[in-house]
Amino acid sequence: MGKPEPAELSTLPGNTGRRQPAVLRWVRSEFRHLRKNRELLLLALPGILFKLVIAYFPMVGLILAFKFFRYDEGIFGSKWVGLQNFEFLFKAQDAFRIIRNTLLYNFSYIILGTVSALLLALLLNELSGRLVKVYQTTMFLPFFISMVIVGYIGNAFFDFQNGYLNTLLGYVGIDPHNWYLETTPWIFILPLVSLWKGIGFSTLIYYAGMTGINPDYYEAATLDGATRVQMMRRITLPLIRPLIIILFILGLGNIIRGDFGLHYFLPNNVGPNFPTTDIIDTYVYRALTKLGDINSAAAVGFLQSVVGLITVVTANYVVRKIDDDSALF
Amino acid sequence: MNMNTAKSAPSNFGINVFFIIVCLMIALPFLLVISISLTSEDALSQFGYNLLPKAWSFEAYRIVFEKPTTLLRGYGVTILITVIGTVLSLLLTAMMAYPLSRRDFRYNRQLTFFVFFTMLFNGGLIPFYILMTQYLHLKNTLAALIIPGLLSPFNIMIMKGFLDKISKEIIESAKVDGAREFRIFFQIILPLSTPALATLGLLISFGYWNEWFNALLFIDNDKFIPLQLLLVRILSQADFLANSPMAEVSDKLKYASFPTLSVRMAMAIVASGPMLLIFPFFQKYFVKGITVGSLKE
Repeated sequence: MGKPEPAELSTLPGNTGRRQPAVLRWVRSEFRHLRKNRELLLLALPGILFKLVIAYFPMVGLILAFKFFRYDEGIFGSKWVGLQNFEFLFKAQDAFRIIRNTLLYNFSYIILGTVSALLLALLLNELSGRLVKVYQTTMFLPFFISMVIVGYIGNAFFDFQNGYLNTLLGYVGIDPHNWYLETTPWIFILPLVSLWKGIGFSTLIYYAGMTGINPDYYEAATLDGATRVQMMRRITLPLIRPLIIILFILGLGNIIRGDFGLHYFLPNNVGPNFPTTDIIDTYVYRALTKLGDINSAAAVGFLQSVVGLITVVTANYVVRKIDDDSALF
Repeated sequence: MNMNTAKSAPSNFGINVFFIIVCLMIALPFLLVISISLTSEDALSQFGYNLLPKAWSFEAYRIVFEKPTTLLRGYGVTILITVIGTVLSLLLTAMMAYPLSRRDFRYNRQLTFFVFFTMLFNGGLIPFYILMTQYLHLKNTLAALIIPGLLSPFNIMIMKGFLDKISKEIIESAKVDGAREFRIFFQIILPLSTPALATLGLLISFGYWNEWFNALLFIDNDKFIPLQLLLVRILSQADFLANSPMAEVSDKLKYASFPTLSVRMAMAIVASGPMLLIFPFFQKYFVKGITVGSLKE
């Protein structure tokens, strides 16, 4: 912006003179609002400070993607290096592989998870009584174990010598597989295990949404002679559509951020299966722990954050164009 | 469901059968792991794993508890972070969600954005790591295991979804009676929120119980190793000893005496069993407690 002209300068005192009361009035009324809301604000204050430190401060650190970080120089003292940290993405032959794997797996997890959870929730919604709880509890079990334990359970199935799968194959006379050293099986194993682990939770969220639907709708539909399938399609599904879309949009936000635990512990971090199991997050973790490569890791982190934000905002924008009520924000 | 319609029994029967099959498939891996942990070594090497052990044995559990020091310390760390973390996290989550659920709260929109923006955008792993270690100096502390998981936007969303359903008239009438916001929150809102608090408390405590990521990043002092990191170490140590060319001959020899697979399965059960037994007691709150709502007003 250019310097203000002398003529403008001369009018400034008059301007501020006129504006000041307005500003003061605004400050005063804001202050009154602040007093009126201070207790609610005070309740939220610990959380606000927490988010500020733990979530917002690190955002400043995103600039590290463009710096050569040295511990002794700190975030701000380290030298700027432009796009140098991103170079490995184009040099490394693994780059295409890990990005492809991350995207494809995440898409398959989202689609498979959403469709199965919806189906199960719709069916669960048709039932009543004690059995519903039994089903829910059982489906929830895998949700409550850590990915480390999932890795252990994987051992029980895929162990070469004693594994359950090889034992089963033995019964029908098929040679044992060395699952951890193969690539193709993981394309099916990973989505299956992801589904197994998450299905209880996502089914519950949809089911809880369905039980919140006003029963009057169903009564009216029954009076009109609607069948159960018709009610599912015409009442239940449309009414929980916003929920489906919200969870879908949130899922898209993580489309380029892989499930590190699943992809690290289940395939056992063994080189030969990397072509189909390695994702951005496991790759970066290895680069970080084995090579101490902070700079590439920072560059990838930057990309993941930015791409995630862009996908969510775009998805939400599209949803809002089509159906304003279903948008997340 | 609360439909008054007479449900056609045959199709319900079909649905029940379907769910029983699904549940069996989901439970199968657990049964298998339990069975392996109870299978004797001989039967294991002879027949492989089976759904029902060919020869029962509690040997694996005996070995796990033979030298319990590391395991017990792991339990101690895990229980400590789970209890402290869950209480703090529930309180913070509820205190944040309540103002957000109040339509008449003036800074509702700004605060909603402030909280949920962190769900869509963050600094990533490296800046977070540098913050925790270089600025907050939390490496090798229990706080490093507790702090990162304290306030998740998704949990706030669930809590807010529940609070949205509480009638605002209760709050209004309490105000008319002269109650201050703090009293309304702690004496009226919190007691009414039991289902949501129970649900979230369970989710949060499982999060802490299963926490391995932050432990992997921030803990290398043996004193502060939680159960899950212990399991990670055993897993990677076994791989290292078995496969790495860098492992010395003496290491390879150690591998021979390393936890066998049934001992490892027994450890997995010992580590996650207690929490899985707790879950059914919270079940009754679950459906009532979970409502994910939109962020719009």
